[in-house]
Amino acid sequence: MTLVQFLIVGAALFSMGLYGVITRKNAVLILASVELMLAAVNINLVTFDVYLQDVLHSGQIFSLFIIALAAAEVGIGIAIILMIFRNQRTADVDELTLMKG
Amino acid sequence: MTVTVSDFFRESANWAFLVIAIPTLYAGWRTVSSNNIVRAVLYLVVALGGSAALFFMLGAEFVGWTVVLVYIGAVIILFLIGIMITRAPLGQEADLSHDRNVKAPAALLSTVMFGVITWGLLDAFSNEAIAPFEPTSTNELSLLIFDRFVIPFEVVSFVLLAALIGGIALARKDEEVAS
Amino acid sequence: MTRITTLAHQLIAAAAETGEHGAEEGAHAIEPGIVDGPLVELAWLIVVVPLVAAFLIAFFGKKLPMKGWELSFGSIAFVGVYGTVLFFVNATEGIVYEGTLEVAKLGSYVIEWGWMVDGLSIMMYFLVGVVGTLVFMYAKGYMHGDIRYTWFFVSFSLFAGGMLVLVSAPNLIQLIVGWELVGVASYLLIGHYWEDFANVDAANKAFMVNKVADAALFLGAIIMAVSVGSFSFDAVLDVVVNGEAGALSQYAFWAGLLIFIGAMGKSAQFPLHVWLPDAMAGPTPVSALMHAATMVTAGVYLLGRLFPFYLDVSGMFAGDVRNIIIIVGGLTLFLTGFIAIVQDDIKKVLAYSTVSQLGYMIAAMGAGAYTAGLFHLFTHAFFKALLFLGAGSLIHAVHSNNMSDMGGLRKKMPITFWTFMIGTVALVGIFPFAGFFSKDEILASMKYAGGHGQGVANFILVLGILGAFVTAFYMTRAVALTFFGEYKGTAHPHESPKSMAYPLIGLSFFAITAGWVNIPGVYTGFTDWLATRVPLTGIGDHHPEGFDWPIVIISSLTVLLAVFIGWRVYGKDAETQIARDRIRIPGLWTLWENKYYIDDLYMSGVVRPIMGPVARVVLWVDMNLVDGIANGVGVGALGLAKGVQAIDTAVIDGAYNATGAGTGGAGTILRKSFTGRVQQYAAFSFVGVIVIAVLFIIF
Repeated sequence: MTLVQFLIVGAALFSMGLYGVITRKNAVLILASVELMLAAVNINLVTFDVYLQDVLHSGQIFSLFIIALAAAEVGIGIAIILMIFRNQRTADVDELTLMKG
Repeated sequence: MTVTVSDFFRESANWAFLVIAIPTLYAGWRTVSSNNIVRAVLYLVVALGGSAALFFMLGAEFVGWTVVLVYIGAVIILFLIGIMITRAPLGQEADLSHDRNVKAPAALLSTVMFGVITWGLLDAFSNEAIAPFEPTSTNELSLLIFDRFVIPFEVVSFVLLAALIGGIALARKDEEVAS
Repeated sequence: MTRITTLAHQLIAAAAETGEHGAEEGAHAIEPGIVDGPLVELAWLIVVVPLVAAFLIAFFGKKLPMKGWELSFGSIAFVGVYGTVLFFVNATEGIVYEGTLEVAKLGSYVIEWGWMVDGLSIMMYFLVGVVGTLVFMYAKGYMHGDIRYTWFFVSFSLFAGGMLVLVSAPNLIQLIVGWELVGVASYLLIGHYWEDFANVDAANKAFMVNKVADAALFLGAIIMAVSVGSFSFDAVLDVVVNGEAGALSQYAFWAGLLIFIGAMGKSAQFPLHVWLPDAMAGPTPVSALMHAATMVTAGVYLLGRLFPFYLDVSGMFAGDVRNIIIIVGGLTLFLTGFIAIVQDDIKKVLAYSTVSQLGYMIAAMGAGAYTAGLFHLFTHAFFKALLFLGAGSLIHAVHSNNMSDMGGLRKKMPITFWTFMIGTVALVGIFPFAGFFSKDEILASMKYAGGHGQGVANFILVLGILGAFVTAFYMTRAVALTFFGEYKGTAHPHESPKSMAYPLIGLSFFAITAGWVNIPGVYTGFTDWLATRVPLTGIGDHHPEGFDWPIVIISSLTVLLAVFIGWRVYGKDAETQIARDRIRIPGLWTLWENKYYIDDLYMSGVVRPIMGPVARVVLWVDMNLVDGIANGVGVGALGLAKGVQAIDTAVIDGAYNATGAGTGGAGTILRKSFTGRVQQYAAFSFVGVIVIAVLFIIF
């Protein structure tokens, strides 16, 4: 198994996540795209950890933390979306333009 | 140790890799392009599952199971709850993405990003092989977490606590202003 | 910093070997006793203290209890004491020291500030200090109530400082600085009573005539310095003493001549003497100190400092200039004496006498008599200052400069009378007063020079003897008109206050004794004291072994004869004698009265052309060309200003406005990017990330 094959998978997922973040209108789906990006990052980390045969397994442990934090972030994100929905009655980001200058 | 393309296909692990990777990629793509919101989230499930499988391939069992439990088990649930409560448009014809004007540049951007990263990777690591390895033992990982990485562990615990409290605070109904 | 080093020892050896001149000639190589130590290393104080005093008096003088005199007197007294100490130490042990501080470097020329402490400079320090102290003391009483008392002492101290800068200079640059300083001080002091235009004219005349001579001095100094590669006297005299052929020997005649012309100006030699009599417009202490004892001797000093150059033992340098020097000196001493006979103003009599005596000193230098010339400088300072102070006393008493307003004052002003008599006898040169020894030595040196290769010296010797006659004659006349006969004035003359009387007595002491330091055959200390000099070298001038009895007898008889005749002519009834002489020798009298028409010559030949046609041309140039340029510049500037204003409004203001508008426009446009759409922001930040990533990869 080459190193690069895993990394390319990670890169592809990351790019797709980026595409999703920019393209999607629904706030929840934007969050989902962010999740995709984070998953791609995890793949990268674990791959390098295994490739480098790190004694401390810092890659894997770091990816564990990322998972935990991603979960927390999604929780908060959903809560915020719910708040906005209560306020604006919509989850469509096109209509959430209160910050428009 | 470098590997050539023919070597790639000779190794059985790589075949397994391809079997896992291609659906993962497809699922990832469908997540960001599907018009059906529920399907999009479920494609995310597949993508995440695929990444967990990749972890298993790499011997990172604990991480893989954590992904399954946390991501697929909990995060997806949150997404589905979010979809339900925000009365997102369910059904096939939902207009979930921006129009062509946004999609084209975004596609360009993503492609460029992918290209740049891949170019960088190939430039640096072309055909480097992963040496044979033992699967990472959970015992070993847990010892490391509570030994070397105990402080980040505690910090993350606090973050989770904060997220918990924040979530509750956010999701409460506004109280009536006392008159 | 001390220059003496091995140079002295080399030169002592060299001087001791100067073959032809042998032991009995001036190969006086004295082993100096003092070459360093605080006495000489601190000698720069001599120069600095009066200058500092001048500065302080200028700012604080008016507030002091004695209006600044105390600072002035204190500084000159300090110089006097220090100078006396140095004088005695030099007399007993011999001092040769040169302290220098490098001030600047111009290419390969090192400009140094320094203080020479050798026999020649010490003599000058002593003179300036002692005579200066006595004159400053005198000035306190004389200038009492003067309109500009404090400023007088500022200028006077400045003069003292400048003179000391001059005589302590180890190089031509500093000498010229001192030269100019005393010139400025002279200008300030001659014009002290500038309310009267005549005084201003006199000050200008002194300055201008000196400036003409200074031009020659600068040229000569430059030629000398460039030939040698250094301005320092050491360097120049090294070349001379070692007899090195080179640039200096090539241009020696011109350098020597030009420098001598500079000396002519400062020392009032014919025909550049015209400023000195007019300088009598200044207060009498000024006349005493500057225009008798010290400043005018600067030219003689300069020749003395450069003496080996002029003595020119090797024949390669400025020996030929000496003939010119001796002729100029001789003419001066002879011709100007006659003018003194016809003067009514007592200060003018003394002024012409000074010019005449300076002629003796210069002629001595020209004859190669280093010691004789400087010896006369030394004695003359005392008795001429004495005579001037005495004249000041008389003027102070009768409120007039003219001898026709005086007469019969010997009873009323005894101290003044006796001291003036002592001064007169010293000047005239009667044994055993000071002038006798110095004048005789000059005459003897001229005779020697005449017999040893400088034939013209014989002629000058004759002039010198005749000059002594004239000197005695006009001084007898002056004494007779002033102190004898009947008082012809209208004031109530009385003796001067003590502050003026004591200096007279002090100077009288020196006028009597100063000659005894160099009695040939008996005691020639002065010769030895002058011989210790930087660079240490025997001067090579002739030192008489004993009195030249023929000269002594002839000159003494001449002088006594003159006194006798003068007394006969003027002693009894002075006024009618003056009138009678005018008729008896009308041609000569008018000639002398008009000062040989030299002043008129200058006036019509130099001053009027400059004032007349030259001035008109200059005026035309000024009005048309210079003013034209100025006006043109003005118009141009105005146009430029208008242009600048246009540019200002159009370009600069336009730029401001454009920037403002641009910023506003950019803002309007860029505002559109604040869409409020977060995704857009994210997209753009990722663009940035990609760019950075690419850069990282590439580099």
